[in-house]
Amino acid sequence: MGLSVRLKKKVKGFSLDVKWEIGDELAVLFGYSGSGKSMTLQMITGLLRPDEGFIRSGGKTCFDSSAGIDIPPQARTFGYVCQDLALFPHMTVIKNILFGAPDVPKTERLTRAREMINAFKLTGLEDRRPSEISGGQKQRVAFARALMRHPEALLLDEPFSALDSPLRSEMGRILREIHEEFEIPVILVTHDISEAYALADRIIVYADGRVARTGPFHELFRSNPGYEGESLVRRAAYV
Amino acid sequence: MDKSTLFSMRLSLQVASVATVFVILAGTAIAYVLARKEFRGRELLDVLFTLPLVLPPTVTGYYLIMVFGRNGLIGKMMYEWTGFTIMFTWYAAALASFVVSLPLMIKTTRASIESVDRNLINAAYTSGHGEVETALRVILPLASKGIIAGAVLSFARAMGEFGATLMLAGDIPGRTDTMPLAIYSVASSGEWTQAHAMVILLTVMSGGFLYMAGTYSKRGV
Repeated sequence: MGLSVRLKKKVKGFSLDVKWEIGDELAVLFGYSGSGKSMTLQMITGLLRPDEGFIRSGGKTCFDSSAGIDIPPQARTFGYVCQDLALFPHMTVIKNILFGAPDVPKTERLTRAREMINAFKLTGLEDRRPSEISGGQKQRVAFARALMRHPEALLLDEPFSALDSPLRSEMGRILREIHEEFEIPVILVTHDISEAYALADRIIVYADGRVARTGPFHELFRSNPGYEGESLVRRAAYV
Repeated sequence: MDKSTLFSMRLSLQVASVATVFVILAGTAIAYVLARKEFRGRELLDVLFTLPLVLPPTVTGYYLIMVFGRNGLIGKMMYEWTGFTIMFTWYAAALASFVVSLPLMIKTTRASIESVDRNLINAAYTSGHGEVETALRVILPLASKGIIAGAVLSFARAMGEFGATLMLAGDIPGRTDTMPLAIYSVASSGEWTQAHAMVILLTVMSGGFLYMAGTYSKRGV
């Protein structure tokens, strides 16, 4: 499996030019606001088209500008959770979860949804709407929906930013469990240094649309105490 | 209520209902394209569909005659092939009502579709749903209160349509005299009692529809 990307994109006043590769690990995209982290996830999901580059996941090419390949977002099997979770307000919890696997046969879909309900401790909330459940429960519904298709990779764009500290730790633990269970690349965008420290197998530090440094968290900071990436991370942590 | 008033009321409801069904189908499709697709001439198209809202209904009626009249662009072909002309029939009244109420549907629905959270649409795509399914299961349900409000407003507008209907369908008693046309006829001939009754009836009905439109546009998902 694994995920490798090479992305170039110019928008008004900003230019992104990044290249990185991860295995089936939990990688954190780290950097201050506006460094291109969310833009990278949007390009991987297919919601935003890169000007140039490639996106390869598990040996398959989702995008390659030189070969003219650009698979639409609905045909890419990534699980994506954005900052505001994007739960459908007009659907119940169970319908939100079922909505995450349109290409799976109905009986299999129902079985998976039932498994997700149990795994994410959502029993009893199936018929409630997102407005009727708590912040932590919403997070778990969003994760369940994103995992329904058994995605090739899980992409998380600051999904814990609205939660208080104990709940963040709880969700971090759940994320670790998901990663162990599904054995897929997980990419978490954050600018919370403690979250990165607690969760990351690998950290990819973004600065001004470039990859400033990448490597395992402990190697990156402990072996290079004077490394300029540390100041970037500290800047990012205080944003 | 006398027979002619009853006929006019029934005809008005029939004309407005038929016009509204087509307004909902065409208006929603046009509003969706205007709200979600970027193409050259998009705003020009919007202006074109909005024109009947600001043009005098007689001008709209004139254009409709140019297109659907017996010697019109489409009307001539239709007459030559089938021997049928829409002029001076209740279909003409429905067509006139459709054209003048379509902009209300498009404006309300477009605004409603544009206000659907972009993240929810993206979530549908990244969950594996294509354009059509995303439209039917996410965008349109979330824009439904605007769509319903637009439909009710269009129905109310169709009920009150006068100028374009007069141009295209004429004012033929027992055939094309909708409520507004019948009110004009009875008032012109000094039948004030009947005019009063019809005016009050139409006012109450239109007020009721406006109230419904307001209720739907305030109601949450």
